[in-house]
Amino acid sequence: MAGTQVNPTRMELTRLKKKLATATRGHKLLKDKRDELMRQFLDKVRENKRLRERVEEGIGAANKNFLLARAGMQDQVLNTALLAPKQRVSLESEAENVMSVEIPKFTFKTRTPDQNDIFSYGFAFTSSDLDGAVQSLADVFPDMLALAECEKGCQLMAVEIEKTRRRVNALEHVMIPELQANIKYISMKLDENERSTQIRLMKVKDMMLKQAHGYDDPLN
Amino acid sequence: MYKIAVLGDRDSIYGFAALGLEVFPTASAEEGAKALRNLCEQDYAVIYITEAMAEELAPELERCRENLLPAVIPIPGVHGNTGMGIQMVKHSVEQAVGSDIIFNEK
Repeated sequence: MAGTQVNPTRMELTRLKKKLATATRGHKLLKDKRDELMRQFLDKVRENKRLRERVEEGIGAANKNFLLARAGMQDQVLNTALLAPKQRVSLESEAENVMSVEIPKFTFKTRTPDQNDIFSYGFAFTSSDLDGAVQSLADVFPDMLALAECEKGCQLMAVEIEKTRRRVNALEHVMIPELQANIKYISMKLDENERSTQIRLMKVKDMMLKQAHGYDDPLN
Repeated sequence: MYKIAVLGDRDSIYGFAALGLEVFPTASAEEGAKALRNLCEQDYAVIYITEAMAEELAPELERCRENLLPAVIPIPGVHGNTGMGIQMVKHSVEQAVGSDIIFNEK
């Protein structure tokens, strides 16, 4: 018990009681925050898993198509075909607040609205496998972006949940028991002091009575 | 206005150039680390990185984890899926919950 290093005074007692009230309230609030964050995190992480499986499957398929395309074309031709992309993707990012955790929200914009601009080459000298490969990659791209958003959100929430959990545990298992022990120690000490003062006064009264009137102590 | 980067060995990522993403082909881990650090300082919101490269740059990835941007996302490369991406999600779950409760369900 840490009771030895506290001052057993009334002022200290009031201070500790206030602190305990704050700690208890903070503990309740943080616990609520942790529970809600956890609920949202689990939803998000399930979606993350689903998206990741889909994206990995999609990219795997696209990679297979690209391998086929490479097999049917010369390396130089392929390099020139993809050298100067026509399309350009840019992102807007907003921060969304989930239980005081900022998680990003992406919206993407392409430079040109034409979907066929992903084909940055003339069709005459490239194999048709390349078209298929590029198209399959373009199909999986929206999922990839959703995955990025979701996965980053999960990572940030995981960090915050860990922090909150540590705080809750520190309050629950260290701060609050210590404060309660200290409060108990001080109130016991104060009570003890009060009793000892009372007894001292009674003794003094007896002594004074004996001196003034020669009364004996009625108890002895 | 943010941009998207793709990092990894050339064979795995050249296709993304056609979509309008910026590709940064890197051959070795040191080159990759340098490129990643460089990209983190510029205005890239999402950095896709091949799983093979991500495995070698794990400490760098860990550093980017707590920042809002960029999001560094492992994707399978041309040599197949190493399971690194799913591993990262598992890591998040373990960090938050204390044990892996999502991927044991099956």
